Amino acid sequence: MSEEQEVVTVVKAPVYLKYNFTAGAAPARFLAQIKKGVLTGQRCPKCSAVYVPPRGSCGGCGVATEEEVVLSNKATVQSFTIVYIPIPNNPIQPPYIIANVVPDGANVSFIHLMSECVNEDVHIGARVEAVWKPKEEWGFAMDNIRYYRPIDEPNVPVDQIGKLSVNGQEG
Amino acid sequence: MSQPEVLNQAFELGYTYTRSTGPVIGRFLTELRNRNIVGIKASDGRVVVPPMEYDPNTAEELSEFVDVGQQGEIVSFAWVKEPREAHPMDVPFAWAMIKLDGADVPMIHCVAAPSEDAIATGARVQVVWADETIGYITDIRCFELV
Repeated sequence: MSEEQEVVTVVKAPVYLKYNFTAGAAPARFLAQIKKGVLTGQRCPKCSAVYVPPRGSCGGCGVATEEEVVLSNKATVQSFTIVYIPIPNNPIQPPYIIANVVPDGANVSFIHLMSECVNEDVHIGARVEAVWKPKEEWGFAMDNIRYYRPIDEPNVPVDQIGKLSVNGQEG
Repeated sequence: MSQPEVLNQAFELGYTYTRSTGPVIGRFLTELRNRNIVGIKASDGRVVVPPMEYDPNTAEELSEFVDVGQQGEIVSFAWVKEPREAHPMDVPFAWAMIKLDGADVPMIHCVAAPSEDAIATGARVQVVWADETIGYITDIRCFELV
């Protein structure tokens, strides 16, 4: 063995899983509306719960959901976390907030970014609104909504989060 | 209810692992980089390739490295008619158990052959080294029939 060369101690052994992801019927309808700048959910015919993004069925009742419901750009923070650790290939610089937000008119939350906020002031029940990209950049993607930002409205009590109508606190 | 177009998107999930070789496989790979193949001598005198860290019978730590030949014999093989993306060759080839000269156990590697008929158990093969060796099992590009 040559003494000049360094001894091998590691090998690169990456694993790549290549998927072709098909959205499915309900998410495809949802994404077609997102491309038009409209946030939609689907309502369960049995329990009336509105799901966003819709999966095409109600997990609680086990029935198909078909009725499409237009949701508000306003939403409520259900939970959140402040991210301090940079994620490889993520252009967003920490610290930043990702939050579970419930749009008005829906009963479940989805994860999105928050911005234009003081991280330390974000709290559960805070009112926020979607900030969309310019219309020319809209595609079949959730990041048509760039982020959510705080709005000047009263907090939603914890037991009311996820129960507001599409008209928000007025409804 | 109108049904929108079916939406498809390619999606790749990658786990960029780097694995520690340990001292014995590290030595094996270092030797490969130098275009040399080493095995290790077990307590019963058998030469094991690739080398293993612990004796298969006594579990004692092993350390006696032994150079083995760059030719050997096919002990068994499986012909791959339609190579897939992750395979080491893009033309039909064989996965084979190859007992290198001086070794007592076979090692798995790929064998280049013009057709399935050209390859057989007991056939002699020799190493084809990669143009550039980096300390990885693919430093042996393949084996070819002698």
